[in-house]
Amino acid sequence: MTVVVGYVPTPEGEAALTQAITEARKNNSTLVLINSSKGEAAVDTRFAPEGGVQDIERRLAGEGMQYVIKRPVRGHDAASEVLDAAEEHKADLIVIGLRRRTPVGKLIMGSTSQRILLEADCPVLAVKAG
Amino acid sequence: MDVWSSLMDGFATALTPMNFLYAMIGVILGTAVGVLPGLGPAMTVALLLPVTYALEPTSAFIMFAGIYYGGMYGGSTTSILLNTPGESSSVVTAIEGNKMAKAGRAAQALATAAIGSFVAGTIGTALLAVCAPIVVKFAVSLGAPSYFAIMMLALLAVTAVLGSSRLRGFASLGLGLAIGLVGMDSVTGQRRLTFGQPLLADGLDIVVVAVAIFAVGEALWVAAHLRRTPLHAIPVGQPWMGRSDWKRSWKPWLRGTAFGFPFGALPAGGAEIPTFLSYVTEKRLSKHPEEFGKGAIEGVAGPEAANNAAAAGTLTPMLALGLPTNATAAVMLAAFTSYGIQPGPQLFESQGPLVWALIASLFIGNLLLLIINLPLAPLWAKLLQLPRPYLYAGILFFATLGAYSVNLQAFDLVILLILGALGFMMRRFGLPVLPLILGVILGPRIEGQLRKTLQLSAGDPAGLLGEPIAVGIYVIIAVILLWPFAFKLIRRNTPVAAPAGGAAALAREADDAVHSNHDAVYSDHKEQP
Repeated sequence: MTVVVGYVPTPEGEAALTQAITEARKNNSTLVLINSSKGEAAVDTRFAPEGGVQDIERRLAGEGMQYVIKRPVRGHDAASEVLDAAEEHKADLIVIGLRRRTPVGKLIMGSTSQRILLEADCPVLAVKAG
Repeated sequence: MDVWSSLMDGFATALTPMNFLYAMIGVILGTAVGVLPGLGPAMTVALLLPVTYALEPTSAFIMFAGIYYGGMYGGSTTSILLNTPGESSSVVTAIEGNKMAKAGRAAQALATAAIGSFVAGTIGTALLAVCAPIVVKFAVSLGAPSYFAIMMLALLAVTAVLGSSRLRGFASLGLGLAIGLVGMDSVTGQRRLTFGQPLLADGLDIVVVAVAIFAVGEALWVAAHLRRTPLHAIPVGQPWMGRSDWKRSWKPWLRGTAFGFPFGALPAGGAEIPTFLSYVTEKRLSKHPEEFGKGAIEGVAGPEAANNAAAAGTLTPMLALGLPTNATAAVMLAAFTSYGIQPGPQLFESQGPLVWALIASLFIGNLLLLIINLPLAPLWAKLLQLPRPYLYAGILFFATLGAYSVNLQAFDLVILLILGALGFMMRRFGLPVLPLILGVILGPRIEGQLRKTLQLSAGDPAGLLGEPIAVGIYVIIAVILLWPFAFKLIRRNTPVAAPAGGAAALAREADDAVHSNHDAVYSDHKEQP
C-alpha cells in the first residue's frame, strides 16, 4: 500500500503531511512525499529547504514508517509530479493540501489541486490548513 | 567656469522633472537587474541603446548612470541573501554577507552594504568631479602616439590582469578586434572582412554587437541551463543597524572608498581587485578577527564601499579620456558614439552641460538608491522568484526589437543571431566578454590613432615613441606582460622566501578568498543533473 503526499512548506502542506502520516499508519503503507519545483526561478519558496527536508525525514523515521522523499526539479509542474509519482508507486491514496484562491487568481495561475483531483486514478484526500 | 559652478548647473539640469524621472527609472531598473543573477547593467544599457534614438542625450545618460550605480547596489542584495553574487564585484561581499545573513543578521548586512555604497558612491562621485577636469587638462596636451599607447595599455591590462586565463582573455580580445575591423577602411576606402557583402561595408553596428553578446548570448546560455535546483533566499525584514554596527562600519567604508576609487580610475582597475584588497585589509585591522569567516560586518562594509567607489572611479577615464575599463562604461561609450558625440578629452569642452548633468545625476541617483534600497530590500528579494523563461523571453524580444530598430534591416537580425551564438560559445568555453566588447569599441579608435601617428611620421614606426609619455606607458605594458614570467623566475630562485613581504601574503590571502568563493559564483552557471 502506498500513500502519495504533495508537500509544500506552508500550513496547507504541513496539514497534508500530518494527514498523510495518519492515513499511512492506518494500514502500514509506504509514504511517498513529493516536493517539486520547476526550477525556473532563482528562488522558489514552495521548494522545501535542505533543513526542512531533514526535519521531515527525522519525523518520518521517528514514526517508524517506510517512506520515500522525492524532490524532482525537472521543469514539470507540481500536479504532474504528484500524478507521475502516484502512477509510478501505484498509489492507493493521494493527499494534498488546499489553499484559498480567489476566482481571478485561479483563472490566472490555474489550480494544481484541481488537476490532481480530476486526473488522478486513485482516491484523493484534500485537506485544509488549521 | 570652475568645477563648483559647473556642477551646480549640472544639478539644475539633472533636477528638471523629466531628467529626475529618467534618473528614477534608471536606478529602479538598475537595482532590479543587479538583483537578478545573470543580468547586469551592461546588458541593460545595451538593450536600451536603441532608446537613445528617441531620447535627448542628457536624459539617456542620466538613465544609464542610474542603471550603472543601481546594478552595484542590487548585486549586494543577491550576494548577501543568496550567496550568489549578481556581479563579479560583489563576490567578496558574499563571503561575509551570506554568513551574516545565515546568522540572522541579514538586516544589518544589507544596511551596511547600502549605506556604505551610498557613502562611497558620494565620495567617489565628488572625487570624479574634482579629478576628471584635472585629467582632462593633462590629456589635451597629449598627442596621437600617447593616446595610442594609453589605449593599448587599457586593452592589454584589462585582458591580461583581469580574469583567470590570459589565453582566453586574448582570444576574446582578438575576436573583438576582428569584429571591430569589419567594414570600410577609413583612410583608403578598402573593404575589410566584408566577404563581398555590401551590407557589411558600413561595419557592424555597435548596438547590434552589444545586444547580441550581452543579451542574446546570455539568454541562450540560460536557456541551455534553464532548470536548476532553486536556492533559498534568507528571509529579511527592514534593514537597520545598531550603534555597534555603525561603529564597526564607518572606518571600513572610508578605507574601502580609498581602495576603490584609484583602482577604478586606473585603465586596468575594475572593481574586483579593490574589493579583495579591502576584504583582506579589514580582516587584518579588525578588532574582531575571530568573526571573519563567520559573518563579520567589516567584511561587508569595506568591499561594498570599494566596489561603489570603483564604479565612480571607472567613470573618470571614461569621461576624461574616452577610455572605458568595464563593460557598462564601454556600452555607455557606444551610446556617446551613436549620438555623434566624440568621446575623449574634448568631451568636457564640447559637451560640458551634458557631462556635468551626468555627474550631478550620479549624486542624485546615489541618494535615490539609498532611499529605495533601505526600506524596500525585502521587495527586491522577491524579484528572485520570477521564472526565468518569462524573463528571458522578454529580453530576447527587446533584443530583437532593438537590433532591428537600428537600421530597419533584416540583415541585422542575422548578425544578431550569429554574434549571439558567439556570445553563447564564449560563455560555454569560459571566455570573458569584457575584452571582446572593449576590442570592438576601442579597436577602431586605436587604429585611428595609430594611422594618425604613422601619417605624421611618414610611415616611420619610430613615430610611435615620439612622446615621452608614450615611452613610459610602453614600459608599463612590458612590465604587465612580463610580470608573470618574472614572478615565476623569482619564485624558482628563492623557494623558501615565503614570508618575504606583507604584500605577497596579502595577495595570497586575497587569492584564497577568491578561490573559496569561486564555487559560489560558478555554481550559478553549472549544470544541474
